[in-house]
Amino acid sequence: MAEITAPPPVAHEAEHAGPPRPLDFEIVPMKGLPIVAVIMGLLIAAIASNKLWPLTFFHVAGGAAWTIIDLFLGLVLGPIMGKMSVPARIEFTTKLMPKMVLIMPVVVTATLAAGWQLATYLGTNLSANPLHGWVVASMIVVGVMAILALGLLEPANIAVLFELKKPRPNPAVIERLMKRFIYSAGILGAMQVATLVIMTKLSSG
Amino acid sequence: MTERKFPPFTEIGMLSLALIVIGGIYLSSHIPQHVPLGLPIALLIASTALVAINMALLTRVRGFAWDRFFQVGKWALLAYLVTAGLIEYAFLRNHLRGGPLVILTLSLLVYAVQVPAMIAFTVARYDTPGIDEVDGTLAHGA
Repeated sequence: MAEITAPPPVAHEAEHAGPPRPLDFEIVPMKGLPIVAVIMGLLIAAIASNKLWPLTFFHVAGGAAWTIIDLFLGLVLGPIMGKMSVPARIEFTTKLMPKMVLIMPVVVTATLAAGWQLATYLGTNLSANPLHGWVVASMIVVGVMAILALGLLEPANIAVLFELKKPRPNPAVIERLMKRFIYSAGILGAMQVATLVIMTKLSSG
Repeated sequence: MTERKFPPFTEIGMLSLALIVIGGIYLSSHIPQHVPLGLPIALLIASTALVAINMALLTRVRGFAWDRFFQVGKWALLAYLVTAGLIEYAFLRNHLRGGPLVILTLSLLVYAVQVPAMIAFTVARYDTPGIDEVDGTLAHGA
């Protein structure tokens, strides 16, 4: 991750064109909220129905999205962002991060809630099940990932957007928060490899 | 960048979360056998105490942007109450009852309070008291 060494464009413009104005973007994309509501509704319906296909769908689709986003963000997009110019990085951040505010909590909630129900349906969360040890291992991995995501990644995501919304964003604060976000995503991406090992073992018996 | 001094709010918050996660995994890994509740109760009490200590330490910070903290915190609280409610629903759907249900429900409450607090703190620590600098709606900036 490269360092942000110059103030964002808003601050430059402010020197020449009157008082600074905040960047025009939404911290929480309101248009996405109905989609979130629909997905959550379908997830509740899947859990209530307790049928194999909808539970598998939400767990596999959510888990795949979670894994791919973490790996791609941490190991591919992160290094690319680090090499971008400051204005390009800020523009990219204001486009990407608001979407992450909605996508990640939905993906994680769908994966975990459907996953627990699926384990209950299949009986793999019962201590007598021969695969129970793998399920407990997955809970431990997911637990560590959840602590990192909830304690470091998500707060940094929100905070960087608030900083960018200020009339005069502080480049040092943005750099610090983006580093925290990208490094956390990278660690989570690496831990997702462990999840892949466990989940492929569980699905193949 | 001039660094203001803050208590280790995020670190304590993550430790608090870790304790309830350990308790939750301990309980879940024993299903459907009888689960000794001593360890999960102790972890829950310790986790709740850490939440209280965290807030107490934060109230001692001079010039902290409390308006921003509560502005962000209330919306985050709403979002995390929804996710906690969904997880609670999954527990009830699977007929979880008695002591384990009470402990897991209280653990979810700690989660639903601690995570929004960490989000709100991370935003507010880089802010100054008074929220005039950023306009006042979530859709357009705060």
